[in-house]
Amino acid sequence: MAVAQVSIGGNKLPLTPPLAALKDAVVVALVAMALAGPIVGLQTVDRGGQLTVDLRFTEVAIAIVLVFFGRLGLALGERGLVLPAYGIGAGLVVAGFLLPWPAGLLQVLAIAAGVALVLRSAAGQFGVYRAAKARVPTEEDDAKAERLRRQLTLGLGGLLLVAAVLLPMMPFANSYILDTAIRVLTYMMLAWGLNIVIGLAGLLDLGYVAFYAVGAYTYALLSKDHGFGFWGALPIAGLLAASFGVLLGFPVLRLRGDYLAIVTLGFGEIIRIVLLNWTNFSGGPNGIGSIPRLTFFGHPFVRNAPEGVVPFHQLMGLDFSPLHRSIFFFYLILVLALVVNFFTIRIRRLPVGRAWEALREDEIACRALGINPTNTKLTAFAIGAMFAGFAGSFFATTQSFVSPESFTFLESAMILAIVVLGGMGSQLGVALAAILIIGLTEAFRGLAEYRMLVFGLGMVLIMVWRPRGLLAHRDPTVLLHGKKGVK
Amino acid sequence: MSAPLLKVEHLTMRFGGLIAINDVSFEAQKGQITAVIGPNGAGKTTVFNCLTGFYKPSAGRLTLTRPDTGRDYLLERLDDFRITKTAGVARTFQNIRLFAGMSVLENLLVAQHNRLMVASGYSLLGLIGWPSYRAAERDAIDRARFWLDRTGLLARADEPAGSLPYGDQRRLEIARAMCTGPALLCLDEPAAGLNPRESAELNTLLLMIRNDYGAGILLIEHDMSVVMGISDHIVVLDYGRKIAEGTPAEIKANPDVIRAYLGEDDEAEGAVA
Amino acid sequence: MEYLIQQLINGITLGSVYALIAIGYTMVYGIIGMINFAHGEVYMLGAFLSLIGIIVMGLIGVTWVPLALFLVLVLAMAITALYGWSIERIAYRPLRGSFRLAPLISAIGVSIFLQNYVQIAQGARPKPIAPVIRGGFELMTSPDGFTVTLSYLQIFIVVLTIALMVGFTYLITQTSLGRAQRACEQDRTMASLIGVDVDRTISMTFVMGAALAAVAGMMVTLYYGVIDFYIGFLAGVKAFTAAVLGGIGSLPGAVLGGLLIGLIEALWSAYFSVEYKDVAAFTILVFVLIFRPTGLLGRPEIEKV
Repeated sequence: MAVAQVSIGGNKLPLTPPLAALKDAVVVALVAMALAGPIVGLQTVDRGGQLTVDLRFTEVAIAIVLVFFGRLGLALGERGLVLPAYGIGAGLVVAGFLLPWPAGLLQVLAIAAGVALVLRSAAGQFGVYRAAKARVPTEEDDAKAERLRRQLTLGLGGLLLVAAVLLPMMPFANSYILDTAIRVLTYMMLAWGLNIVIGLAGLLDLGYVAFYAVGAYTYALLSKDHGFGFWGALPIAGLLAASFGVLLGFPVLRLRGDYLAIVTLGFGEIIRIVLLNWTNFSGGPNGIGSIPRLTFFGHPFVRNAPEGVVPFHQLMGLDFSPLHRSIFFFYLILVLALVVNFFTIRIRRLPVGRAWEALREDEIACRALGINPTNTKLTAFAIGAMFAGFAGSFFATTQSFVSPESFTFLESAMILAIVVLGGMGSQLGVALAAILIIGLTEAFRGLAEYRMLVFGLGMVLIMVWRPRGLLAHRDPTVLLHGKKGVK
Repeated sequence: MSAPLLKVEHLTMRFGGLIAINDVSFEAQKGQITAVIGPNGAGKTTVFNCLTGFYKPSAGRLTLTRPDTGRDYLLERLDDFRITKTAGVARTFQNIRLFAGMSVLENLLVAQHNRLMVASGYSLLGLIGWPSYRAAERDAIDRARFWLDRTGLLARADEPAGSLPYGDQRRLEIARAMCTGPALLCLDEPAAGLNPRESAELNTLLLMIRNDYGAGILLIEHDMSVVMGISDHIVVLDYGRKIAEGTPAEIKANPDVIRAYLGEDDEAEGAVA
Repeated sequence: MEYLIQQLINGITLGSVYALIAIGYTMVYGIIGMINFAHGEVYMLGAFLSLIGIIVMGLIGVTWVPLALFLVLVLAMAITALYGWSIERIAYRPLRGSFRLAPLISAIGVSIFLQNYVQIAQGARPKPIAPVIRGGFELMTSPDGFTVTLSYLQIFIVVLTIALMVGFTYLITQTSLGRAQRACEQDRTMASLIGVDVDRTISMTFVMGAALAAVAGMMVTLYYGVIDFYIGFLAGVKAFTAAVLGGIGSLPGAVLGGLLIGLIEALWSAYFSVEYKDVAAFTILVFVLIFRPTGLLGRPEIEKV
C-alpha cells in the first residue's frame, strides 16, 4: 500500500498519520459531493407541466460535512489514533441530538454515523487486545470451544422454540405482534427452503419467489374455483411447484454459478410477467381475491356462522375474538416451518444431503465418485421449490388475496439476504437472520421509503463485513470417534 | 487367457488442430500395476481424462472388462459418473480434489453414495429411519474405517479434509477412490510433492491394494522410485504417441525412452560413428 | 415492407443502446469473472444525470443544441464514471478474495440501494422532457400511407455508438491500458507479478463501462423522452442477455448481441405483442445459456481436470 504523500517543493514527503487521514477524508468528501450533488442536490420537479430543477444544496452540503467527519474518524481509527476517532464519534452523536437538522434523515444519519464510529473503534481496540493475548490453541481449547458452541446452539435453538410456542399466550400478544410473527415465520420457512438449494447444494437461485407464487396461485385457484380444502390443496400446490422446479432446473442446472443466478432471476420475472398479463387465468394485476380462509377442521373463525355450521369460538366455549384465527395461523406456520427445519437436519445425514454438500464443494470430484450431478441437483431444486409451494399455499389462505405484486424480485432478494446473513447451511443462523431482517423491516416501517435503501446498503455491508454469515460453522453429519469434549 | 482388465485400442484425441494423443494402444491386466510415463506434455493426463469420461475421445475404443461380472464396458460411450458407477473405474487428480469443508469420514461416505442411495430407498426409507438403511450406513462406516486404517488416517477421521497435511490429503484421495469399490484405480501423479519416506509408504499402500484387494492400478507418475519400484508393466508416451511398452527392466534399457527423456546426445552419436 | 424497414431502423437504434451497456458487462466479466448486477442502475444514473443536465442547460441559457448536448454528455459520463469507480471500490474490491457468489450478492445490494436512492432523491414518477433533437428524413412511403422515417436522433445515436466503438477498440488494442486489461483477463496473478497495477486496471475497466452506460442513458433520455428509476433493471437484463448472446468476454460479441437483441425486441413488439416483449428477452437469455453458453463469438472454455 502506498504511503500518503504530499509534494512540497518537488520532494515527496510522507504525511503524518493525522494529515493522511485528513487527506483521505477530503478526497472522500469531494467524491461524495460529485456523486450526490447532481442527483440529490438538483431535484427534478414537475412545475406547470414542465420539468425543472429545485436546488437542495443545503441538505447536500450538510450531508457532505457528515461524510467528511465520518470518514475522518474512520481514517484516524485505522491509523491507530483511536482517541480522536472516539471524539469525533461522540461529537457526531451529540450534534445529532442537539443541532437543528433541516431533515430528519440527516439527524438519523449523524447519530448512526457517530455510534458506528464509536463501535468500530472499540471493536478495533478489542481486536488488537485479543491479538496481543493470543496463543496457539491447544486440543483442550478446541474441545472446550466445540462444547461451548454446541451448548450455545442447542440452547439458543431451544429458547427460540419455547418462545415461539409460548408467544400467542403472552399478554402483549396482540393482532400486530401475531401478524408480524407470522410474517417472520413465513420468511423463515422460505429461507430454510432456499437454504437447501443455496446453502446445502450451492445452487444460486435468484428466482425462488416464482415457486412461492406457483404455490399461492395454485392454492387460490383450487380452493376458490374447485372447492379444495387447505390440506387437500397443499400437497398439490407443493407438487406443482416441485414440477416447475424440475422443469426449470433440468436445462439450466449444469450452468455455472453466476449464469444460473441470472437464468433463475429471468425465470422468476417471466412467471411474474405472465401472472400480470394472463388476466383470464390469474386475474392480472388485480390478482385473485376472496380466497376461502382456513377453518379449524370445518369450524370457521367467525363470529356468526351460517346455518348448521359451528364456529370455532362456540366449539371451544370461548367468546369470539379475532385473535383466534391469527393464533391458529401462527401455530400452523410454526409447524410448517419446523417441518422444513427437521427435514433439512435429517436429510443432511442421508446420502443425498451429503451429495449436495459434496457437489457444492467440488462437482468434478463428485462425478469421479460416480454421483450423477444432474439428478442430485434437480432433487435439491425440486425439494426447495416444493417447500416454497407449501409456503405459498399458506400465504394465499392467510391473506385471502394474491397478486403479482407480492412476488417481485425484491422478495427473492430478501429471502436470499436472510440465507446469506444467517450463514449458508446453518439452520439456527437462518432463523436468527429471519428474525433480525424481518423484525428490522417492521421496526423501520415508519421510515417508509428509506427502508429499502437501508436494506440494499445492509446487503453490501454484510458481504463486506461477514461474507460467510452470522453462524458459518459446519458440523460434520457423522462422527467416527464420537463428540469432542465429551469424556 | 482371460480378457485384460483394460484394453485401449487406437485412442486418438484432437483439440481443434492439436493432436494430443495419436493412435495409442495398450493393455492393463487385472491384479497388476501399469504405469504410464513420459515427458511433460506427452498426453498422459489426457489419456486418463478419456478413460474416465472427462473428455470424449476423437477416435478409438476403450474396453473395460469387470473381473467380477465379466461384462464389458465401452468407456468412450459412457458419461463420466457412469464410468465410476457401473464400470468401476475410480480416479484421483493431479491437483487434489477433496471436499475440503467436509470431514475425512464424510469424504469416504460420499464415495459410497450410490450403494447408500439404494439402501436408503432413495432417501425415503432413510428419512423415517428404516433399519435396513441404518445397517447399510454402519457397513459403509466400517468400510471407511478399513481404508482409514490402511492409509493411517484413522485418528483424524473427524477433522475437515482441508486441514490435513499434503501427504495425508493424497492418501485420503486414494482411500476415497477405493471406497467406491473399483475394478480399476487410476492415479494421476500420486507421488507428486511427496518426500522419499512418503513415496515409500505410497508404494506399500499401492502394493497392498494390488495384492490384498485385487484391483488393477493404472498410474501416471514421474517419480521413478515409485514407477520402477512397484510397476508390473510400463507404457511410455511421448508427443502423444506410444514409444515403448514392457517390463521395468526392458523400459530402462530402451534407447527410445532414454532419448525421449534425456534428448539426443550428438557428441556420443558422432563418437560411436 | 415499409413497416418492416421502420422496425429495422428502430431495432438498430435500440440495439446500439443495448450494445453500449453490454460492453460494460462483458468487460467486467472478462477481467474479474463477475456479473456486475448493478450495471443496469449505473445506466439509469447516467440517464438521470443527462436529464438533469439538459434541464440545467435550459435554465442557464445554453440554447445551442450541439454545445448543450456536448456539455451534458461530458458531465454525465464523468459523474457516472465516478459512480462506477466508487461502487467497485466500496462493494466489490473488498470481496475479491472471497467466495464466488459474494460479489454477486453485494452487487444485488448495490442495485437495490441505487434504485431506491434515485427514487427518493428524484421521486418515483416518470420524468418527461420535451424533445431536444427533432426532425429527420422521410425515406419512403408505402401505398397505404405509412412513411418510413429516419430521424436525426437515430442517426446521431448510431453514429455516436460507432465512433465510440472505434475509439474503444483502439483503446483496447493499442494502448498500454488495453494491454494491461488483456493481461489481467488472462492471468491476474502473473500480471501483478510483472508490474501491472491490477487494482488500477480493474478500476479503469469499471470506469470505462460506466462511461459508456452513461452515453446509453443519455441516448435513451433523448430517444424516448421519458425515464424513471426502474429502467435500469430491465435494460440491465436485456443488455446482459446481449453480452451473453454475443459471447461474454468478447467486445465485438457485445455489440453484435446488442444489435440482435434490439432488433428482436423491435420486431417482437411490432409483430407480436408489446406486453410480453420483456419476456422475449428473458426467454432468449435462457435459451442461449442452455444451448450455446459461450455465445456467438465466444470461445469455449475447457476446464482443466
